[in-house]
Amino acid sequence: MSIKKSIIACCSLFLSTAVLAETITIATVNNGDMITMKELSKSFTSENPDINLKWVTLEENILRQRVTTDVATKGGQYDVMTIGTYEVPIWGKQGWLRELDKLGENYDVDDILPAIRNGLTVKDKLYAAPFYAESSMVMYRTDLMAKAGLTMPKAPSWEFIQKAAKAMTDKQSGVYGLCLRGKAGWGENIALITAMSNSFGARWFDQNWKPQFDSQEWHDTLQYYVDSMTKYGPPGSSANGFNENLALFQTGKCGIWIDATVAGAFVTNKENSEVAEHVGFALAPDNGLGKRGNWLWSWTLAIPASSKKSNAAQRFISWATSKEYTELVAAKKGWVNVPPGTRASLYNNPDYMAAAPFAQITLDSIQSADPINPTVKPVPYVGVQFVAIPEFQGIGTAVGQQFAAALTGQMTVKQALQSAQRLVERAMRKARYPK
Amino acid sequence: MANNNSIKTKLIYTFIAWTISGLIFFPILWTLITSFKTEAEAISASPSLFMFDWTLENYEDVLARSPYFNHFWNSIVISIGSSILGLLIAIPAAWSMAFVQTKRTKNLLMWMLSTKMLPPVGVLIPIYLLFRDFGLLDTKVGLVIVMTLINLPIMVWMLYTYFREIPNEVLEAARMDGASIGEEILYVLLPIALPGIASTLLLNVILAWNEAFWTLILTAANAAPLTAFIASYSSPEGLFYAKLSAASAMAIVPILILGWFSQKQLVRGLSFGAVK
Amino acid sequence: MATTNSRALARLMLVPSVVLLLAWMLVPLCMTLYFSFLDYNLLSPGTEEFIGFMNYEFFLTDPAFFESFFNTLLLVGGVLLITLGGGIGLAILLDQAIWGRNYVRIMVLAPFFVMPTVSALVWKNMLMNPVNGLFAHFANWLGMTPIDFFAQIPLLSIIVIVSWQWLPFAALILLTAIQSLDREQLEAADLDGAGPFSKFYYIVLPHLSRAITAVILIETIFLLSIFAEILVTTSGGPGYASTNITYLIYTQSLLQFDVGGGSAGGIVAVIIANIVAIFLMRLIGKNLED
Repeated sequence: MSIKKSIIACCSLFLSTAVLAETITIATVNNGDMITMKELSKSFTSENPDINLKWVTLEENILRQRVTTDVATKGGQYDVMTIGTYEVPIWGKQGWLRELDKLGENYDVDDILPAIRNGLTVKDKLYAAPFYAESSMVMYRTDLMAKAGLTMPKAPSWEFIQKAAKAMTDKQSGVYGLCLRGKAGWGENIALITAMSNSFGARWFDQNWKPQFDSQEWHDTLQYYVDSMTKYGPPGSSANGFNENLALFQTGKCGIWIDATVAGAFVTNKENSEVAEHVGFALAPDNGLGKRGNWLWSWTLAIPASSKKSNAAQRFISWATSKEYTELVAAKKGWVNVPPGTRASLYNNPDYMAAAPFAQITLDSIQSADPINPTVKPVPYVGVQFVAIPEFQGIGTAVGQQFAAALTGQMTVKQALQSAQRLVERAMRKARYPK
Repeated sequence: MANNNSIKTKLIYTFIAWTISGLIFFPILWTLITSFKTEAEAISASPSLFMFDWTLENYEDVLARSPYFNHFWNSIVISIGSSILGLLIAIPAAWSMAFVQTKRTKNLLMWMLSTKMLPPVGVLIPIYLLFRDFGLLDTKVGLVIVMTLINLPIMVWMLYTYFREIPNEVLEAARMDGASIGEEILYVLLPIALPGIASTLLLNVILAWNEAFWTLILTAANAAPLTAFIASYSSPEGLFYAKLSAASAMAIVPILILGWFSQKQLVRGLSFGAVK
Repeated sequence: MATTNSRALARLMLVPSVVLLLAWMLVPLCMTLYFSFLDYNLLSPGTEEFIGFMNYEFFLTDPAFFESFFNTLLLVGGVLLITLGGGIGLAILLDQAIWGRNYVRIMVLAPFFVMPTVSALVWKNMLMNPVNGLFAHFANWLGMTPIDFFAQIPLLSIIVIVSWQWLPFAALILLTAIQSLDREQLEAADLDGAGPFSKFYYIVLPHLSRAITAVILIETIFLLSIFAEILVTTSGGPGYASTNITYLIYTQSLLQFDVGGGSAGGIVAVIIANIVAIFLMRLIGKNLED
């Protein structure tokens, strides 16, 4: 009897593990940190033999279209999605994401930096776990600065940046003083220019959702951007995004590059960067108005409500965003390559602080960004370099096109702002704001 | 004298033809070469055509990073599956249009072609919803269906123009001998029309292989073909020219080889009724 | 007797194609038509309501609409012009007696096999990039300023890339046609003392007219929905300088997830496509009648 029972128990145990061996599908971006995650995920599957992983790795924009289509139509193709701080509040409010409540006892949610965590929490529920986070900062060539006889302050002003860019520009030998994003897109030039505009005192909308591109502050922002890029920027700026500028900086063609803090690890990497020895870091510039031009972004892992395997998915997310994962990356790839910006404990780790010369600036930048009060004047929206409303991807990209046209000289600054104002007004009317 | 002259002309024409075709082929050649360079050499300001350290590291990286052979297999199944399914549907239709013409035939043909002018992105959401409800998302079957439907008009038209060049009398003779329609198509029409059918098949394999909208939007991990593979290399971080080249080479070389071996067949049936 | 029988059968054999295409066309089309009258954003579900023609109004009065309509025509026209011109030249060249014709032919044919995404990526990064691209290196070597292709001449750059992809197709069809040309006719013209130009104009060109029609028809179908090349290279900009109708609809559907607006755009595109189809039918009808 008891033997029979135990056989049955054995069988059912065997069967249940066999049945429970679930396959979860993970959609992610083709950024370096995610590729490392995929590579190291063997360690997760060996610890969790009952879970198989399938990966869908795509370029950011294509990934975003696919996961958005899927989550909105409840297609159920993915169990874990890599999404940004822009999507989380919108999707969380719609009830499209599963609350992350089973991350495990050792997960230490309170270790996640509050600036990041707040952006991923809707009505006190955590809907996504940050994989890495970034702000933006100034990266510059110390050798070129020395040659120009200048010293970069820790917290430069926009005026100083222009001065330094001018001094470093040497077009004959292919050195351009200032590299900034110019490729049109809400996550490309608009991320940079919107963050910039915050420090110029501009804002996208006033409290009644009226677009503000007709303001003097916007004019100053765009004029500064266009002027300095035409004078000191590399050719082809209007097609340059993060990757293109990274390639330019790594090959020694940029004096100053203002972009994501995650780039710190790439520009100081001796294998890929010709200028690794001569890179300095500083806070994003300001204009003395109390806001600096740095943004706040994090790539996060979340589970769509349509997933039927949310327990397994949560176990994976817990692993990929844990302190232990950080240590795993440090052991395999070195401390400088761990996913940055998400946990306070990382910045208390002397090994990391010693290995990453950009760590303190990254932390300061992330902590100083405030998505709730991003601008000098009050705004009705959340988000530093974006406006967290569903319509923003479309209008952001359309405005980005106008700014790119101003950069290439097809439009004047004034025309670009006028047409931005018109098109945003139209879109807001169509979406029937104020809501 | 005249012979000498004609050799001279031949030499000149050969030179011009090789130069121009070399220029046309150059971007592909350059991609292939770059795929064997290191990232630093790939971006170098004084690029070299052959004199560099040839390396396979880009291919190793790409293979380590993505399940290339899964994508490759999916591409094969989808492109060949949809072309064969398409032929099975298109041959009867083309036969009927070519040999039993009515006043409406031409309009029907144009209507079929006009369905191809629908911008796919305009009907994306409806198709996605239908696929979800029929459980076809991320399945090869689903993609075979879509590719078949997308290319069906072209197939019908190509076959129609080819069939029309076949004299009706040949078929009528068979009919006189008491052949059924099935026999007529199978034993009389198909052997004569084989070159046309072969090139229709090839053209559609190429078109389906290269289709990059539906194959990207309707797949995830299981059915994604090489177009999805490329989409994970389109703008990665850092220097990427060499890796991009390697991935590109891996996506296009199979179809280039197919093209190389089948170019005669492809060309023979590609006339769209223009040879008459 | 046999004919009525075979006629009935013939109709039967058309059924699968017609039914399938009808379903493929009508089901999404009806859904699209329905959505186009709704205020329906995929990202804010539950707020759908009937809004009449407002989506159409917004799409047609969009400042981007006319520019992209015009760009669509330029893109299709430009590519047709280049591929037909170049294709005729190549076809005549390949028709000559040359050494290694097979190798020349496969090289000319090769771009047709390349995925649009790949060719756009290769052209954008490795050839046309104004700093690290090959053309820029070449210009620097000549001591000239490199052209910033996608900023200065965005639409033309895209036309060049697309033409590169479609030139082989045109060249091949035209070559097949040229090879069927009656040589005796040309020799007779030679005897009459006709120059190469008049031989081309009075004999070759008329002979090619049907092939040209076929090229125009097929290419137009594909060129109207050019999309991947624009997405990869310019994202439709700067401004709207390289946005075509398909891309405009894309921004509505997959950036704004405005299903209503995107559907209205889709319907407009279908109407435009049908107008084009009617034109083509006239053209084809005249040229392919007999």
